[in-house]
Amino acid sequence: MVRAVPAAAAGTRSVLLPKMSEGGPPDPLARLGERLDKARSRRNGAPVAGPDNAAMQQGVGIGLRIGIEFVVAVVVATGLGWVLDRWLGTRPWGTIVLFFLGVGTGMLSVYRAVTGIKMAVGSRPLAKAGAKGQPAKDDWDDDEA
Amino acid sequence: MAIELQPLEQFTIERLVPLHIGRLDVSFTNSALLMTIAVVLITALMVLGTRKAALVPGRWQSVTEMAYEFVANMVDTNAGHGARDFFPFIFTLFMFILFSNLLGLIPYSFTITSHIIVTFALAAVVFIGVTIVGIVRHGFHFLRLFVPEGVPVALLVLLVPIELLSYCIRPFTLSIRLFANMLAGHTMLAIFGGFAASVGLFAIFPLGINVLLVGLELLVAVLQAYVFAILTCLYLRDALHLH
Repeated sequence: MVRAVPAAAAGTRSVLLPKMSEGGPPDPLARLGERLDKARSRRNGAPVAGPDNAAMQQGVGIGLRIGIEFVVAVVVATGLGWVLDRWLGTRPWGTIVLFFLGVGTGMLSVYRAVTGIKMAVGSRPLAKAGAKGQPAKDDWDDDEA
Repeated sequence: MAIELQPLEQFTIERLVPLHIGRLDVSFTNSALLMTIAVVLITALMVLGTRKAALVPGRWQSVTEMAYEFVANMVDTNAGHGARDFFPFIFTLFMFILFSNLLGLIPYSFTITSHIIVTFALAAVVFIGVTIVGIVRHGFHFLRLFVPEGVPVALLVLLVPIELLSYCIRPFTLSIRLFANMLAGHTMLAIFGGFAASVGLFAIFPLGINVLLVGLELLVAVLQAYVFAILTCLYLRDALHLH
């Protein structure tokens, strides 16, 4: 359960190999130049594997986090409640209250991980984020410009 | 023919050089040995890779530059502006976890990151460090991190404790994720290895599974180092730029 196998990790990038039987100029250097030009134009048109890569990294990162996020929140909160109970002698109220808080925290963490607000504690309200356009997305696009 | 299956035996800490300071056990263990090897290898890679800084990089220089650029990109895109100051820390963290995970995959070696105390120590350093950075940068304003904007006051009673809790469990999620992945993977490898040793001719099947599992573990080793580093970046962004 703790390990999420990222399906997106395999084979998302297609590699364009030059054909052997390409009818180019005989001079190998000229042909290399041609290939370089082609590669460059391709790169200018659409960044090679750029957005693909970022999306994949993001997906894998999120996928690996979600499973454990919820469980740890509940377990840690409940444990904290139990310790508080022992310390303050308020059994069983601390455990009960913190258990529900832990469930809430876990759900919030998973929700944030999924919606791309990342792990931000006290993230901005959704309405504001929507008006600005997805903040998380913008961050990822920065390096591709 | 009874072969004892002890898939957890591989995680035993052994004292290689027993050392005691007072009543404190500071023995040089197999864990410490692997940490030392990891640090030496990383240092060697960095020093050798940058020794002949050529315009057209050789193999080692390429590896070094790729690692550098990978982490630099990660810091820039995830930690926001002004996070470049923390690049050395995140780079060190990433390389150390990466090398620890990968070294653990070598047969008969030891996986440092399969011990919760090691991963928790790393996560605690990140957590405490990020909190200090936040307090230094923003002072008392740092507490605003726990107060979501635009929320009715009545709900704040519920939301502030949740936000506080969600901040405080960060070192736990960070460390348990890495530890659990490494522990589970290596235990699984050992279990299938045990099967192979005990079923005679049919050993080909568990062995085949193990071959696949090693591939998966390689992926997990790199990914977990990446996830640890990227989450550190995200936490850092929270502390540097309070929403």
